[in-house]
Amino acid sequence: MADPRNHPPAEPDVPALQARAKRLRGHMLAMARGPGQGYIGQGLGIADLMAALYFHEMRWDPGHLTDPHRDRFLLSTGHYSIALWAALAEAGVFPLEELISYGADDSRLQMSTLDTTPGVEIIGGSLGQGLGQAVGMALGLRLNGSQARIFCELSDGELQEGSTWEAAMSAPSFGLTNLVALIDCNGIQADGAIVLEIEPVADKWRAFGWETAEIDGNDMAAVTAALAGARDARGPFAIVLRTLPGKGVPTLEAREKAHFVRINPGEWDDLIAELEAMP
Amino acid sequence: MTGPVYSKAMGQDEIVDRPTVDAPFGRALADLGAERPEIVGLTADLGKYTDIHPFRDRFPHRFFNVGMAEQNLIAVAAGLAKTSHVPFATTYGVFATRRAYDFIAIACAHSAANVKIMAGLPGLTTGYGGTHQAIEDLALMRMIPGLTVIDPCDATEIAQATRAVADHDGPVYMRLLRGQVPRVLDPDKYRFEIGRAAILREGSDVALVSTGLMTERAVDAAAMLRREGISAGVLHVPTLKPFDAQAVAAFCGRAAAVVTAENHVTRGGLGSQVAEALFDAGVMRPMRRVGIGDAFVELGAVSTLFDRAGMGTAGIAASARQALGVTG
Repeated sequence: MADPRNHPPAEPDVPALQARAKRLRGHMLAMARGPGQGYIGQGLGIADLMAALYFHEMRWDPGHLTDPHRDRFLLSTGHYSIALWAALAEAGVFPLEELISYGADDSRLQMSTLDTTPGVEIIGGSLGQGLGQAVGMALGLRLNGSQARIFCELSDGELQEGSTWEAAMSAPSFGLTNLVALIDCNGIQADGAIVLEIEPVADKWRAFGWETAEIDGNDMAAVTAALAGARDARGPFAIVLRTLPGKGVPTLEAREKAHFVRINPGEWDDLIAELEAMP
Repeated sequence: MTGPVYSKAMGQDEIVDRPTVDAPFGRALADLGAERPEIVGLTADLGKYTDIHPFRDRFPHRFFNVGMAEQNLIAVAAGLAKTSHVPFATTYGVFATRRAYDFIAIACAHSAANVKIMAGLPGLTTGYGGTHQAIEDLALMRMIPGLTVIDPCDATEIAQATRAVADHDGPVYMRLLRGQVPRVLDPDKYRFEIGRAAILREGSDVALVSTGLMTERAVDAAAMLRREGISAGVLHVPTLKPFDAQAVAAFCGRAAAVVTAENHVTRGGLGSQVAEALFDAGVMRPMRRVGIGDAFVELGAVSTLFDRAGMGTAGIAASARQALGVTG
């Protein structure tokens, strides 16, 4: 019987993944249009990573979300849920028509993540809690003799949480080769531009004993190459992704860097047209 | 003049000499580990001091020491639970609750993760002062939705509760007594059950409702009161959450007065829960709460601290007389 899980090919189909990322961005605009607001900037910024993970790198089966040997994606920043909903819907975990319920009462697709929604591995949103759980899952999978891997997203602002570094210190000590940290450095946090110096980010991860790559997180070829590099890592692997909030929609890219974007009702058609016009 | 009194790492403040059992938690967990391969152990640099070393020594590949990092201890345990393991994570109660509260609330309780937090040095079991005495942990933990909270009283109960906690599917916070732990309950007769209070003695004058190691003192206080002609019953309430409110109301309803005894501040723990249960049931009785007051406790010998807090056998008996309005 064929294994239905995705096995990443050696050579990524970069144009196809770029098209996926553009579709994810379209889904996110459709979602945010309902409430007229949301964490759209962050979502658009990591659309390329989400496309690369869910449609190339991760071994998972949308039809078997509880497969014990699935690769797992942990979204530590629960408020990036808009990007996760887009990826899961694009993969067929829930219908695309459900996306417009984003943020509405009783919707499964809220502005942050609960692990009761299919495809969600952890309750994100209390920042600094993702990576430690990723370490535990990586240990657990190793004990189970599973080849599955853990991909844990975290944000640059989240690097200010001390618990992130407790987890970062423990992963190399446990010799985890099945753990990839994906650090989305988009330069913004709740109070605006990064309020406390966190650089040099990549050097910090190296100093903590992680194999580290630092890339343009909106360059699909670079994203897939970094993920490929993590496959054969001899320890935990950190990818520092420099991303642009609002990526793919020029008006949002240019807008003042905002943690939580509010968009006027009349703007949506123009924003969608901008995305459509992008290559 | 007597000489200076020195604090021990952990005194047991025994009123009556009772036999002890060495490391009942660690022994029980090691036995369980042999039966159930999914059980794993973790600690935050306190393996030796939380009695998990018997498990560590038998199953070193299933034991993880995260160092002095309690947030990561709980997060890693949650991750292990989410890959079908049953993690027992040990540290001191102060560090688990004060440092890792958000992780217990979200990564464990909100996630319904099957994490077992085993917390050493409850209340006045160390003379090391406010930094190490978990005096408000039960109050903090019982406020978290979905978390089971247990304060066992002796070696018998620790051994039984460890097994019950492993069998229970859900997050648990349990206080630990470590080292040479007294045996108060008869292992052939007593059966611990999560969520169930146990009547140790019936009494018509005063109902002593106790949890944790205070049950040992409550039993002795009941004997002392009985010699004075006061009929004192003892209800042991090892599970603070879910709370056996029905048993508490029924037991207290059969007595003229109520005294609660807990190794914890008297606000938010057992005493508060008993008051809530009695009020909800419409059982109004004169009541006294024995425990730690609204202050951090100084460093000192455990027996001294207990006496100063009025938490020894004599203190419980005195509170019973007050509740009954007995003078002299």
